[in-house]
Amino acid sequence: MPSSFVATMAQIGALIVKELRAILKEPSSRAILLAPALLQGLLFGYGATYDLKHVPYAVLDQSRSAASIALLARLDGTGVFVRDATLTSSSQIAGEIDAGKALMVIGIPSDFEVRLAAGQRAPLQVILDGRNSSTAGAASAYVGAIVAGYNATLGGDARSGGTPANTPAVTIERRAWYNPNLESRWNLMPALIAALSMIQTLLLAALSVAREREQGTFDQLLVTPLTPMQILIGKALPAILVGLLQSTIIFLIIRFWFGIPMNGSVGLLYLGLLTFNIAVVGVGLSISALSMSMQQAMLYTFLLIMPLMLLSGLLTPVRNMPRVLQVATYANPLRFGMSIVRGVYLEGAGLAEVWPAFIPLFVLAAVTLPLAAWLFRNRMS
Amino acid sequence: MNTAGFTRRFMALLRKEVRQMLRDRSNMAVGLLLPAALILLFGYGLSFDVKNAPVAVVLEDTSPVARDVVDGLQGTSYLTPVWTTSMVDAEARLRAGDVDAIVRIPVDFPSRLAAGDARIQLVLNGANSSTAQTVEGYVSGAIGTWAQRQVERAGNKPFAMGGVEVVQRMWFNEAGISTWYLVPGLIVLVMTLIGAFLTSLLIAREWERGTLEALFVTPVRPMELVLAKLVPYLVIGAIDLVLCLLAARFLFHVPIRGSLSIIYLISMLYLTVSLLLGLFISGVTRNQFQASQIALVASFMPALMLSGFVFDLRNVPMAIRVVSHVLPATHFMGLIKTLFLAGNDWSAILRSTIILSAYAVVLAWATQRTLRKRLD
Repeated sequence: MPSSFVATMAQIGALIVKELRAILKEPSSRAILLAPALLQGLLFGYGATYDLKHVPYAVLDQSRSAASIALLARLDGTGVFVRDATLTSSSQIAGEIDAGKALMVIGIPSDFEVRLAAGQRAPLQVILDGRNSSTAGAASAYVGAIVAGYNATLGGDARSGGTPANTPAVTIERRAWYNPNLESRWNLMPALIAALSMIQTLLLAALSVAREREQGTFDQLLVTPLTPMQILIGKALPAILVGLLQSTIIFLIIRFWFGIPMNGSVGLLYLGLLTFNIAVVGVGLSISALSMSMQQAMLYTFLLIMPLMLLSGLLTPVRNMPRVLQVATYANPLRFGMSIVRGVYLEGAGLAEVWPAFIPLFVLAAVTLPLAAWLFRNRMS
Repeated sequence: MNTAGFTRRFMALLRKEVRQMLRDRSNMAVGLLLPAALILLFGYGLSFDVKNAPVAVVLEDTSPVARDVVDGLQGTSYLTPVWTTSMVDAEARLRAGDVDAIVRIPVDFPSRLAAGDARIQLVLNGANSSTAQTVEGYVSGAIGTWAQRQVERAGNKPFAMGGVEVVQRMWFNEAGISTWYLVPGLIVLVMTLIGAFLTSLLIAREWERGTLEALFVTPVRPMELVLAKLVPYLVIGAIDLVLCLLAARFLFHVPIRGSLSIIYLISMLYLTVSLLLGLFISGVTRNQFQASQIALVASFMPALMLSGFVFDLRNVPMAIRVVSHVLPATHFMGLIKTLFLAGNDWSAILRSTIILSAYAVVLAWATQRTLRKRLD
């Protein structure tokens, strides 16, 4: 019956228009749904990095020799290590580290050059601020590589002096797929396309029914000719649209502002984002249908968001988690939304590679959306 | 000022706020359940330390020397080698995400080794750059050790004997355990969440329901309202703080080198700032929908991403550092890591106390301004 189909569509359409008006009616509400995506995309793009870019360090050079200066020049030459202070006594080391002014203090003992010339081991003291052990560890590894390079030049001198080469020369040729310079921004930013939009979309969906419940208009909606399914679609579509819009803003920032190359197909990326958003909105509407007030909807959403973010692989890989938590991540839409976006964006994956990540999202949507529709009618105060 | 009147009005308001808080179970869920869940998630779920990373080892040459060179990849808890003889197979596994890296020993390895120019290919999955870097470190370490051993076996004195030797010491966190800096950061996140989530709707809800206008005809002063809304949640936060500290000490064995009472007091100060920020957002927006969106975007995400929780602030561009220092969370984050791992640093304690107190005073004043008895 095409006429009844048209009527159904018109009813849903009217509800969608009303929902969009409720969300976007005020300029301040519009700003709240769009500005954070823009701002966060930019801020986190610069701020969320594991890469060593600027490491302030202090030097206590008691040797003041050609050898120590040559080694320090190598350090400064990286552009990453920036000398913050030149110390004159070991009593100053604690002050530099404690105040957090230097991430690292390098101490060169007075007999440094003498020992090197004699072919002995010359200790180079490296003191690190372990209050962020990840950064400290990365800085330490970098210093190790610089010293190894320096030692190699010493070896070269020894060789030219007549000593036969006696280490097996093994060169490791490194190649990194998808991210040739191993920049952490390339890894983090595509994940934000899914993560940042999820937060606000989830809350938007969760508040939608709760707000009407609190204001008493939901009961009016239930006595209209609209079926719960139609109400569901009317509530879900605007939230999905807002989610896609936010994702698009972040996607454009990553692609054009930060210039991270997109290797996969835009169509598949959006198919993934659409599926992801449907699952997220399903979860949000279920929360909304369970809540009796906006306060409750908001608190339940917040209760969920932290675990969803932490157990998604955004900051730390899922594989590092204990077995039990890894199993729990199968119920987390963000884990799979992110894995689709990362796969398509960075690795240029096609449907053949990413289809398994769609399944948990479909399952989640198939469970939460009907649940929400059922709860609309069956949960009343 | 009439103190008796103040006490009476304040106690009446306080009783109402406490009842309202206890009546709704979702408040308790977020106030007490969420912190407990977060503690466990953080302590056990988050780890930057790579363990058992699967690495495909392609042995195109099956001579003993080729096996020997990659032998060191086994038997560590860092890497799990997956043996294969075909590069095509290994690349398929890398593409599917089954392995994090490929180590390839080419077919001409022994002959080139004899000539002193051997090559080993290492292919990394750069999509996860930090894991890739760690794996690279382990692989080159293992192969370097092999090379060293070869030299010693040949009876030669390795020339590296005469080089610079790095003697490294990591202060405050000698073993470099990431839990040690994540758990103090967790306290910051929990205090931020309590503030943003529990208080950001309080005033907006009263505006929407019109109950605030009803209060305008009573002798209640705006500041009394702010205090009455603050105190019940301070109590919840104080309980959470005890939970966090107990977990840090007894569950995760993070050292507490500073004074416990200072940690407690400064955390309560930050909690006050965080609750007042929630109330301020609530008072400014007068709209629950906007208040909750702003609270989420303005407090929680920056505290997670920009406060120096995992991303070191010394490592970010100047402009971002300026933005991050506007956040109260940044000032508390730096201090609490110091108090846990380094000890009492009085100049840092003084500086953060002044900054956080200033935030508290300004926010309390600004919030009570939003409650002035004036109709639109």
